[in-house]
Amino acid sequence: MAIPLIYNLRSIRQRPVSTLTTALGMALVVLVFIAMMALSRGFRAALAETGSRENVIVLRSGADSELISGIGRQTAATIAAMPFVAQGPDGRPLVSPEVYVLISLDRLGGGDALVVARGINPEAFDVRKNVEIVAGRMFNPGAPEILVGKSIVGRFAGTQIGETINFANRDWTVVGHFAARGSAFESEIWGENEQFMPAFRGEFFQSLTFRMKDPSQFESIKKTLEDDPRLPVGAHREYDFYAAQSYLLTQIMNFAAIFVAGIMAIGAIFGAVNTMYAAVGARAPEIAVLLTLGFRPVSVMSSFMFEALLIALIGGLLGCLFSLPLNGIVTSTTNWQSMSEVAFAFRVTPDLLLGGVIFALVMGLIGGFFPARRAARQPVVKAARQP
Amino acid sequence: MKFVRLVWVNLSRSKRRTILTTLSVAAALFLFVSLRSVNTTLQDAAEVGSEARMVTRNSISIVFSLPEAYYQWLSAVPGVERVSWAVWFNGIYRDPRDFFPSFAIQADSYLAMYPEMVIPEEQRQAFMAERTAAIVGTGLMERFGWSLGQTVTLRSPIYPADNDWPFTIRGVYTPTNPSFGDNLFFFHYEYVYEHSLRGAQPGWYVLQLEDPAVATSVAETIDEHYRNSRAATRTETERAFQTGFVTMYGNVGFLMNAVGLAVFFAILLVAASTMMMAARERTSEVAVLKTLGFSDRLLFGLVLAEAATITLIGGLLGVFGAKLIFEGTQFQGAGFLPGFQVKWSTAIAGMAIALLLGLISGIVPAWQAARMPVAQTLRRVA
Repeated sequence: MAIPLIYNLRSIRQRPVSTLTTALGMALVVLVFIAMMALSRGFRAALAETGSRENVIVLRSGADSELISGIGRQTAATIAAMPFVAQGPDGRPLVSPEVYVLISLDRLGGGDALVVARGINPEAFDVRKNVEIVAGRMFNPGAPEILVGKSIVGRFAGTQIGETINFANRDWTVVGHFAARGSAFESEIWGENEQFMPAFRGEFFQSLTFRMKDPSQFESIKKTLEDDPRLPVGAHREYDFYAAQSYLLTQIMNFAAIFVAGIMAIGAIFGAVNTMYAAVGARAPEIAVLLTLGFRPVSVMSSFMFEALLIALIGGLLGCLFSLPLNGIVTSTTNWQSMSEVAFAFRVTPDLLLGGVIFALVMGLIGGFFPARRAARQPVVKAARQP
Repeated sequence: MKFVRLVWVNLSRSKRRTILTTLSVAAALFLFVSLRSVNTTLQDAAEVGSEARMVTRNSISIVFSLPEAYYQWLSAVPGVERVSWAVWFNGIYRDPRDFFPSFAIQADSYLAMYPEMVIPEEQRQAFMAERTAAIVGTGLMERFGWSLGQTVTLRSPIYPADNDWPFTIRGVYTPTNPSFGDNLFFFHYEYVYEHSLRGAQPGWYVLQLEDPAVATSVAETIDEHYRNSRAATRTETERAFQTGFVTMYGNVGFLMNAVGLAVFFAILLVAASTMMMAARERTSEVAVLKTLGFSDRLLFGLVLAEAATITLIGGLLGVFGAKLIFEGTQFQGAGFLPGFQVKWSTAIAGMAIALLLGLISGIVPAWQAARMPVAQTLRRVA
């Protein structure tokens, strides 16, 4: 027969301080775990949401990033005319041949960072459905005007509408801000490709992005493009291209999260073991009474395990609670694959919270096992004799 | 000294509890030391650059190169003793995951400007005499098991003209400063220039100054001269240049400190609750000791000493465990943290934190022991 759970609840209430210190210790471990994972999730999400599954990004064959790619005008025109490229309502192909460079911008508050300057054509906003202008207006063709991604605004000098940024020996006026659902595009500066091209590298685009008429045909489109002897290009699904860029850093961050939280957990588990042993020790006479009354040792053991799990649950829930304010905080790092700065937000997702609680319960399970086993194995006579 | 034994006996009374608490403190200090070492390594990386050298790069960003023709003019700037240049090659050996930094350099002047690289004289000469020769750091040699005279083939996504780039290792350098990195790969600029159909250009110029004091004026002179040219320049000290790269990691320092703080509090809770448990069990003994004439202050000290002993032993285990493990495995953060090491200053800070942990966790029980009313407590003993 099982020992009523109310026994454990009341026991825990009997010693609030040691229960709370143990639970808080676990809560901090859970907090660190969730916070670090949220960082890694946020980074991955920012890059994964950059690309669309319906788009193809074309680079020079062999190039693994836009930075070192080059595509001639002729190549771009040839691809734009191909039958599998989707068309807008006005019949123009949904293609954006783009200039991609990194420029050094001054951070407000000191230092500088490399920011992507992307020269686009107006179709880019139709090719990429996740991008929209949220303030100001679109740049005028032929004018030295630029749009600034939402995440950059307020972090770099000269990014407010009406201000100017100087690069490539020219002043560029900011005429609008754009949002891109928190993706890496929001960390970029966009201008007209025909303006950027002469300002930077001359008669070359770095990449070309187009929307497919039928996204399910990607493999055959890729083959058509890469096998065409006129086209020295490699084609990638846009989603995969950006998601791949997050791989290395996400791996490192996940490793760090597990390393740090794992070692902290060892400390917290030892704390839980201490607490539970003390609880078992202090209640030896009670346990003896329970055993004498005919509760089986396995019931005593599961009762104490339950108690440990309960403390861990409190810790886990507290940890989740502490981690909630982190959600949405924006930070930045460098995407080493493209060398550019990417802003992203902590993502505390429900599954992460669940993971945190499970993490706490595992700590409780390990921490409670040996003390609970000892409680169950106590010789009744000796335990009852204790004062 | 006679009380040492008393503290020790008290500690060994509940061996399991003492050991577990010690180990949890050890785990915390291990983490603290690891996190802090990441920070100090990054700081050192920012400071590896010299104040006596300057870097001139394209003002748009480091990604853009500069014309070779700048060399002559830069060499003639007053205050500049010597000029060299380098290019980022982005060489890939076998797999992109085996990453290490590779640079094409104007070898003659570059090696003369970097005394941080110690190269045996005959190896230097062998390197200079051969166009496809490379100089490689000791760490890189060890990592891939390379040997002197071996030919290694790299690929570069930047210079695709010739897909395979064979290099012969003719020299091995030892860095004088671990933060300089022992995993760098250098070779002749002429090789990349001649072998790439796209041609190569200097990625950045390095200037050796006659006197670090003229840095600002030299930078102004150069940047002003090229302001309206096709490739405008940006000149800064090498240290500032390096710091720029380190800040690209984002706010790692803050993250590490925040995690470190959480670790500290988590373990403080564990240690404090252990000490309170220990004290609670001994209420009656403390009363007896008081009756025997132990002063309040002495009892306060004894409890604190007990707590500090646990955390200091835990601290020793964690701090030196970390030092030994990282030194033994030569951890370099997968190439992201060259020169990673647990510094003595970090070890000392770790031990100070361990002591602090002990004192804070012991203070409540110590205070309770000192203030305990004797008569009332003794009544319970009987």
